[in-house]
Amino acid sequence: MSALLLSAALGLPILAAILMLFVPVRQAPWWGLGAAIIILAASCALLAGREHFGMWHEVNVRWVSNLGVNWHLGVDGLSWPLIGLTALLVVGCAAYLLDRPVQRDVRQLLALIFVLQFALVGVFLALDTIVFFVFFELTLPPMYAIIAGWGGAKRTYAARKFALYTLVGSALLLLGVVLLSIDAGTTNLVTLQGGGHGSLAVFAILAVAFAVKSPLWPLHTWLPDAHTEAPTVGSVLLAGVLLKLGTYGFIRVGVGTMPDAAADASPVIGIFAVGAIVIGALICLAQTELKRLIAYSSVGHMGFVLLGIAAGTTAGLQAAVIANVAHGFITGLLFVLVGIIKERYGTGELAQLGGIRFSAPRLAAIFGLATIASFGLPGLAGFWGEAFAIVATVQRGGGLWMTLASCAAIGAALTVAYFLRVLRQVIARPADAVQPTSGWSFGEVIAVVPLVLGVLVLGLWPNGVLSLSLGPVTQIAEALP
Amino acid sequence: MIARASLLLLAAPLIAVLVGFLAPYRARRLVAITSIAATALSALGAGVSLWLVGTHPFVLSDDPKIELDTAFGTSVMIADFGDFAVTLIGRIDLVSAVLALMVTLVALAVQIYSVGYLREDQRYVPYAAQVSLFTLAMLTVVVAGDLLTLVIGWEAMGICSYLLIGHDKNVAEAPKAAVKAFLVTRVGDIGFLLGIIILAVGAGSFDITTVLSAVRDGAFSATTLTCVGLLLLAGIAGKSAQFPLHTWLPDAMAGPTPISALIHAATMVAAGVYALARLRPVFLASETVLLTIAIIGAITVVLGALAALAADDIKRVLAFSTMSQLGYMVAVMSLSSDTASAAALFHLLSHAGFKALLFLCAGALIHAVGSNLASEMGGLRKTMPLTFGATTLGLAALAGVPPFAGFWSKEAIVQAAEHAPGAAGAIVTAATWLAIPITAAYVMRLWLRVFFGKYRGRARPHDPPPSMLGPIIALTLPTVGAGLLVLWPLVIDRSTFSARVNAFDDITGLHGYDATYPLFTLMPSAENPSLSPHITTATISTILVLIGAALAWWAWRADRAADPAQRLGALRPVFAQAFYLDELQDALVTRPVQRLARAARFGDERIVDGAVRAVGGGTVTLGQRLAQRHIGLERYLTLTATGAVLLAVIAVVVWEVTR
Repeated sequence: MSALLLSAALGLPILAAILMLFVPVRQAPWWGLGAAIIILAASCALLAGREHFGMWHEVNVRWVSNLGVNWHLGVDGLSWPLIGLTALLVVGCAAYLLDRPVQRDVRQLLALIFVLQFALVGVFLALDTIVFFVFFELTLPPMYAIIAGWGGAKRTYAARKFALYTLVGSALLLLGVVLLSIDAGTTNLVTLQGGGHGSLAVFAILAVAFAVKSPLWPLHTWLPDAHTEAPTVGSVLLAGVLLKLGTYGFIRVGVGTMPDAAADASPVIGIFAVGAIVIGALICLAQTELKRLIAYSSVGHMGFVLLGIAAGTTAGLQAAVIANVAHGFITGLLFVLVGIIKERYGTGELAQLGGIRFSAPRLAAIFGLATIASFGLPGLAGFWGEAFAIVATVQRGGGLWMTLASCAAIGAALTVAYFLRVLRQVIARPADAVQPTSGWSFGEVIAVVPLVLGVLVLGLWPNGVLSLSLGPVTQIAEALP
Repeated sequence: MIARASLLLLAAPLIAVLVGFLAPYRARRLVAITSIAATALSALGAGVSLWLVGTHPFVLSDDPKIELDTAFGTSVMIADFGDFAVTLIGRIDLVSAVLALMVTLVALAVQIYSVGYLREDQRYVPYAAQVSLFTLAMLTVVVAGDLLTLVIGWEAMGICSYLLIGHDKNVAEAPKAAVKAFLVTRVGDIGFLLGIIILAVGAGSFDITTVLSAVRDGAFSATTLTCVGLLLLAGIAGKSAQFPLHTWLPDAMAGPTPISALIHAATMVAAGVYALARLRPVFLASETVLLTIAIIGAITVVLGALAALAADDIKRVLAFSTMSQLGYMVAVMSLSSDTASAAALFHLLSHAGFKALLFLCAGALIHAVGSNLASEMGGLRKTMPLTFGATTLGLAALAGVPPFAGFWSKEAIVQAAEHAPGAAGAIVTAATWLAIPITAAYVMRLWLRVFFGKYRGRARPHDPPPSMLGPIIALTLPTVGAGLLVLWPLVIDRSTFSARVNAFDDITGLHGYDATYPLFTLMPSAENPSLSPHITTATISTILVLIGAALAWWAWRADRAADPAQRLGALRPVFAQAFYLDELQDALVTRPVQRLARAARFGDERIVDGAVRAVGGGTVTLGQRLAQRHIGLERYLTLTATGAVLLAVIAVVVWEVTR
């Protein structure tokens, strides 16, 4: 049963990708939406048999026996929230493509999205270091193709920069997992968990690899270009899930397998994370283009995730988990809305937008909700991760960590400042020129509603995610010195 | 029973919020009825809660904490962070029940009034929903039994305030004022959140009772408590518009006038004072913090009064006076005497009544005259007699004329300050005596400028329609009658009541909730040092009021069309601009942050990304050079080989280092 459930979660996206190549063009998004919903159901099926500790479902068969590499997959409370998030965002993407003219063949785009989903789910399911690396690497080609094929004016540059930059990260990841596995004599992530292997140097290599993906300032500059040029569905998946590969890897492979080294490195990671929060917010304050601004806002938000990881207490890691999921929902929603705004008003320049409150009140209301969720208004999804990242930092105590906590709190206030600037420019300022060209389409509604509900539900009942991850997170945190 | 009453308290506005946000814009009538009915039900819930808390005898169990939890509160766990379980706790005691009643009654008046005031407004429906959301948020703060619930309500009020200040699209400065209000208070909230987190981490829980027990049991060092107190104070100063975070309040008057009445006069700005009372043991633990509170409050009292003396916009006059009155409440909380928080809360209640009344009257004036400026009013006592009467009562209460509400509550503050030892007591006493005549002067100036002399405006003034007049008349009741709280204490079983207060004290260890008791038993008695007026201070303050009012009248008498503030000479623009603190804030905070932001963007694009592009470019160049040398190999092979060698070298080095 376990094998069947895991195979379905991982295999269905590949089947869907193949299916996309054979369906008629005009109905392709409907087929895509149907497939995405079935995959979502398959992902939810993994919830059956969930346990507080350990793997809910596990498959472990020989793969490359000479190297001792096993096809080892499993799902637990740490990975499932991200698998569910991926499935939901893919549903949103497919819905967004309904009735929407795209450059080139929409079937290819949908197929690439499903291939990407396959790779992403593979990373979250992997329980073998080499399998983890293979799937991690496999996320690159489809994302590259999505940006290069369906992106904006500077798509070639952005796609190449994204691929090369993150490829360097992947090379370091390979180096790191190989060194770790040789040292420990196993590639099994379950037995590796808890420590006793590796060293600070190996941890540092892995940390840089994951920092590129997360991204952690100052290794982030591939992100604004990639996000700005990517098509809306690409941005949604890039911000919503791809960045989480870095933070998930940090927890599962980095901190999970080398707790001692992670503890030694934690002040450095903490300092960079807070740097990302503050500098990311300052950069956003000076941005003039909406999509690029949202892209940069991810740098600060992922900074909070990494701050929670750096703090390393149970509360900190839980904060990282909830912040990861919340960021996926909120930023996914923001990118969908920005896509709609850019399409309706023909521009993303803050100076040219305005008055959406008057011309499209519902769009303005939902954009406002996503924005205030993003800056962490208590009671909405973004709050819990940010607040408890600071709680965890305060838990560490001492001069350095208290300073980091204060700076993170100041960064959170700067985040409010730039988002309010956006709202004032885009929503409130009386419109002088642009008027909307269309109302809500069915696909847009299907794409937006689940994300809005997610933002509200996660905000009022974060335990939906936190109760799942508490078991694995406690085990990881207890191994930390 | 109390659980049901408190459920009604919160559920009714929640339903109004949902209806308001989901209804189409044209569903005015439906939303108006729902909002008003929900607020009325909520007020009923508050009233029943107050009656139950205040009168019902109940049996104390051996463990007072359990008793309190089951008798008054309810909790729901929403997040398990391992080290912390986030449990939203609602708890109703006397103070929260009284405040909940005040909030819901003012909100009810405002909801009814708004139907008339926003008759022409296309966006009434979201407006009413936001007012309901605000009511819900403020009630959440009031009944919060844990610090995170408090923060949720605290920030939700901030966002409602933001939305409602920016409501009117015809007011050009509204969007900027809205952003300013949210940002300035948010700057204070950096401190508030940090302070709460330090408390919670130290106590291992967000539950206010647990946190206060930890403070009593010495879980925190003196230094920590001083830091925490100052951090919390930052948030409180932001919310309650205290110097130096007060700059948003006058600008917030860009919002519709009923909003000014509800949010920026009667309720939200009082949340800071309420937090001071709720977490009082934390503040009492540090002399430094108490002294800081005294200084901040005293500065705000005088600053607000002087600014109100020169402002022309009647709403700004009222906003500055709100600052000043909140200053009294904050300043008196710096005193360690037992009656201090009772005095502050008493003034909070009486101020809420008369200030809401004054703003609703101001709305009627603005509605009739079509301008906010006193220079375009004058002589309105004849054309708007009912508004004139109500405003007169409100202004008399504000100035502290006996026997109106403000007189009693200000006397309570004077009494508390008089009896307090130390520097804080002296500071508060001095500020109070100084501000009383100034308050009387600006009140007199406003009264004369608006209602006497000749009419200087263009529109034809008239008393407002019944939907606006009704709430105004209703609010004159507390304005006139709040003194009854002093003279005619609620009939309650004293022994039961004392037992309950003692139970709370057993938990907190400090007399943090002493306010629950004297609030209704202000009659002088042995166990309760007097909060009611003393003949000497009452006489002196009445004389000071007369002096201030007489000076304003004398300045006005010479030229009835001119502004008496002209007599201030060179000081007038300084006062009217509130001592140029806005400009200072701009120069010290806003512009440096903007410069820093531009620098950060430049550094990111040119330096950080520049380095990345340089590496990319350098690699290509290097590859081309190598390709020229090694003609025998294909270029991609060269690059691949180079990369492989590099990786191998790194691997070997790391391997060696690792071993």
